[in-house]
Amino acid sequence: MARDETFGKVMEIIGRYAKNKDAIDGATEDTNILEDLKVNSARLVDVILDFEDEFDIEVDDEDADAVNTVGDAVTLIEAKLA
Amino acid sequence: MALAALAGGKARGMTGAALHPDQILDLLPQKEPFRFVDEIVEVSKRGIVAHYTFPPDLDFYRGHFPGNPVTPGVILLECIAQVGVVALGIYLVALEGGLDAVDSRLSLFADADVDFSGVVRPGDRVTVTATKKFFRRGKLRSEAEMHLDDGTLVCSATISGIAVPR
Repeated sequence: MARDETFGKVMEIIGRYAKNKDAIDGATEDTNILEDLKVNSARLVDVILDFEDEFDIEVDDEDADAVNTVGDAVTLIEAKLA
Repeated sequence: MALAALAGGKARGMTGAALHPDQILDLLPQKEPFRFVDEIVEVSKRGIVAHYTFPPDLDFYRGHFPGNPVTPGVILLECIAQVGVVALGIYLVALEGGLDAVDSRLSLFADADVDFSGVVRPGDRVTVTATKKFFRRGKLRSEAEMHLDDGTLVCSATISGIAVPR
């Protein structure tokens, strides 16, 4: 899967939980999921579970802990799919 | 509660303790006058069933509503949360990490999607049946229903809580 395609799917999933809707359109790989997009930390579990369903991967807790930015998520998913 | 104390002593410090329903009630942090669970009928890693009877003398009935007491929906949701998230969560946490893990965490309300379809009057007994959807990274989501003794569905909810350090 092309990286920009993964980015689009990741943003679609994160967008479901982002409280800062204005920041979604301008998001880049450097955008911080919690701080910039205002995703509630308890919702990160939902985001990870949605990644697992969407991409048919398994994300363990250590992998999930390393995700801070949208780019971190894209990189993690790309690595799992490789 | 001697039985719970005995079993609690046995379970403390061990990992993977399957708690007895009476132990879970003892550990439930919500106490009088904000305890909306009387009895846990069954509990497993898949789900939980519990009863609560709403005492007619609960203070909020005076205002909700004068002359026409109805149990507030937020209280029904709290009842479901205490059973389907907090009590089940205590069981699941103890199953993984024993009573020490339970002692070090507090379960907070995270999110809910809820439908109300009936009315609970003072004195009514309700049964809450909750099934685990997932328990990951300290977050528990359950699908739950509340029924009256005559079988009427009064509330259905998808509800989540997250365990945080105390």
